[in-house]
Amino acid sequence: MRMLALCALLFGALAVWGGPAGPALAVQPDEVLDDPALESRARDISKELRCLVCQNQSIDDSNAELARDLRVLVRERLVAGDSNKEVFAFVTDRYGDYVLLRPPVNAETLVLWGGPFVLFGIAAVSVALWMRGRSRRNALMAEAAGATGLSDAEEARLAALMGDDRDMKEKRP
Amino acid sequence: MEGFSFAELGHFALILALVCASIQSVVPLIGAARGDAAMMATAPMTALAQFLVLAVSFAALTNAFVTSDFSVLNVVQNSHSLKPMLYKVSGVWGNHEGSLLLWVTVLALFGALVALFGRNLPPGLKARTLAVQAMVSVGFLLFMILTSNPFERVFPPPFEGNDLNPLLQDPGLALHPPMLYIGYVGLSISFSFAVAALIEGKVDAAWARYVRPWTLLAWAFLTGGIALGSWWAYYELGWGGFWFWDPVENASFMPWLAATALLHSAIVVEKRDTLKSWTILLAIIGFSLSLIGTFLVRSGVLTSVHAFATDPDRGLFILILLVIAIGGSLALYAWRAPQLQGGGLFRPISREGALVFNNLLLTTATATVLLGTLYPLFLDAMDGSKVSVGPPYYNLTFVPLMAPLLIALGVGPLLSWKRADLWAAMARLKLAALVVLVVAALSLIMLEGDRAYATLGLILSGWVVSASLVEFLQRAGLGRTGPGAMVRRMIGLPRAAWGMMLAHVGVGILVAGATGASLLTTEVITTMRPGETMQLKSLNLEFESQQEVRGPNYFALRGNFVARDADGDVIARFAPENRRYIAGGQETTEASIRSSLTRDLYVALGDPDGTGGMTVRAYIKPFVPWLWIGSALMMLGGFVSLSDRRLRIGAPKRSGARAGGDARAAAPAPAE
Repeated sequence: MRMLALCALLFGALAVWGGPAGPALAVQPDEVLDDPALESRARDISKELRCLVCQNQSIDDSNAELARDLRVLVRERLVAGDSNKEVFAFVTDRYGDYVLLRPPVNAETLVLWGGPFVLFGIAAVSVALWMRGRSRRNALMAEAAGATGLSDAEEARLAALMGDDRDMKEKRP
Repeated sequence: MEGFSFAELGHFALILALVCASIQSVVPLIGAARGDAAMMATAPMTALAQFLVLAVSFAALTNAFVTSDFSVLNVVQNSHSLKPMLYKVSGVWGNHEGSLLLWVTVLALFGALVALFGRNLPPGLKARTLAVQAMVSVGFLLFMILTSNPFERVFPPPFEGNDLNPLLQDPGLALHPPMLYIGYVGLSISFSFAVAALIEGKVDAAWARYVRPWTLLAWAFLTGGIALGSWWAYYELGWGGFWFWDPVENASFMPWLAATALLHSAIVVEKRDTLKSWTILLAIIGFSLSLIGTFLVRSGVLTSVHAFATDPDRGLFILILLVIAIGGSLALYAWRAPQLQGGGLFRPISREGALVFNNLLLTTATATVLLGTLYPLFLDAMDGSKVSVGPPYYNLTFVPLMAPLLIALGVGPLLSWKRADLWAAMARLKLAALVVLVVAALSLIMLEGDRAYATLGLILSGWVVSASLVEFLQRAGLGRTGPGAMVRRMIGLPRAAWGMMLAHVGVGILVAGATGASLLTTEVITTMRPGETMQLKSLNLEFESQQEVRGPNYFALRGNFVARDADGDVIARFAPENRRYIAGGQETTEASIRSSLTRDLYVALGDPDGTGGMTVRAYIKPFVPWLWIGSALMMLGGFVSLSDRRLRIGAPKRSGARAGGDARAAAPAPAE
């Protein structure tokens, strides 16, 4: 029984991917538009539309029937004179936002789109605070230890006198 | 051999391994807490024993596949007697149960390696590390024995098997899982070291020294494994894509990013005794991401090319494992990490500063990939709404994070520790800046000035490669000594310096490859009959003939193509195939690729059009071979760095008498 289920699964999966598995590959010659500019726009749009019956494939990459229908539809709209924006609107009206591989920015995807930038900001600020806290703590400790606080210019001179420690190391045979 | 079955032996060995791992995860811990040397000494013994029995178990499953023992369910489902020997063997890990067995075997292998080569480790640290390692083993062995037993039998045995998914019958993919797993699972050692250090409450430069070679080893294999998978997708899927931001790809890419960050932060711990608690956290995160990846792939949460299992019980089991491992280690971290005091101070513009910047970008990038991978699942679970996160998302988030990283990569190695002079470092890169100008000018001319992103990619690539080379050559005395002396000094430079140069140059070359593959490809899709020709830029591609061929377990239709240049001279011949596998009737396409140093010519066969014509796809893909050359260089860099005297696994033993301190002080930084 389990074996049967697995076979069914495997064949099901093969039928569903269609795309990478079969030798029938994505865009077919008969779909290609004569106008190269229009065709190139069609390809760009296709790369941003999801093949709805595939796993994570654009309709540009997939050879599933539905992907083909969608590719033909995109080309029809372009030939009819739609702008790229209008084509996307036409497709999402029918299939919803799920069809877009670049999710639209809205309440639902705020975390998705904002996440990386917010995370980077938080991380950068934490690093800055950490470094400031450390240098302040160090300054306090240095004072407590009675070390002479050097001015920036003095520190720079000292650094110049000491030189780059790597250079010193390299001069060693 | 009546009454004896290798399959049952394998099953028995698997259970024995669980026993070994259970002992290994408890006794050494108690021993380390009590300072009982005898109890601690059980760790290496049980680690070796665990690996040996798992090796027996793995050998038993391999034997079942090689001999086509169809009394084993797993063999029935994933093998076929006609399958070539290579794929009989690779079939062992080409399925859920077998790949888990490989997972735990590699896990135990790493434990055994620590047991064997870690003689100079402090006994407490060693005992605790091996115990933590064994805890992970226990979890996965339980998972296998309870839900995914590779040795399940069938009676009566069928006469023939169902064959391995033909997409997986490929030399690249035969090697891809073992390499990937060595990398994936290898990160467990860094994790175990980190958790052990947290238990001990002590992290010092020596700790970083112990951990770095293991991380380096795991990272190098992970790099190779990911590159192999990408290469496979490139030639097997038939349209020449190399990276799809598929969740399963991301599952291996996230640990790689974290491991890359860890490699760099461990340098700071080792050299400057700071960033300790961050490095511990990264080690935990790295392996946690491996576990999350395993969960994503193994639980069937995502169904895609790689996902074989769709049993919810299994998913739940791994999820629980995940929560215990990640939650437990993070809790321990929250409790113990505040006790770890940071050492050396540094200015923002310094080697440390550059490495912190590297970590900042790499971890944000890791988080971005994690967010993009999990967001659809998360949203679906929240309110059932569906969202697709595809390549365009990553192009807008991940790629912008990589650009500053690549710019910094050129300068970072020239900065000195503690505080550095950025302008002085930049001044030393005049030569690299010149190269960048040349690359920019060339690409603006060659690309007809209309491809801003491609130009940017090539400029970054040129910058990384030339800056890394300039840094290396200057260290060998460029402009200060003659060529002879330079070569001598170059040979004398530490292996770690070689490793860094190779890996960084590899990154730069890889960037050019990715740019060429994704932005500069020329494509022609057309229907052709034998005898017809097509024009591919300046090339003339003729479809000479087609023929039926027979392989060991498939039939194929092969097309013979020849490409000629404008003068009519033959440049390359192509023989792409469409294969139909006998056992399952599945079809695959075998693209025919001719590589030169600067480009790939790629021809794939499509469907017949019913009137004697065939769909043909032909591509010119500039720089694509550089993807593989770059990856290979990165991996090589990892291994060269690993061979450095100071990192060599046995090395600290020799200097152990002097507590390692003197030897370390005298040696140059591994990062240099």
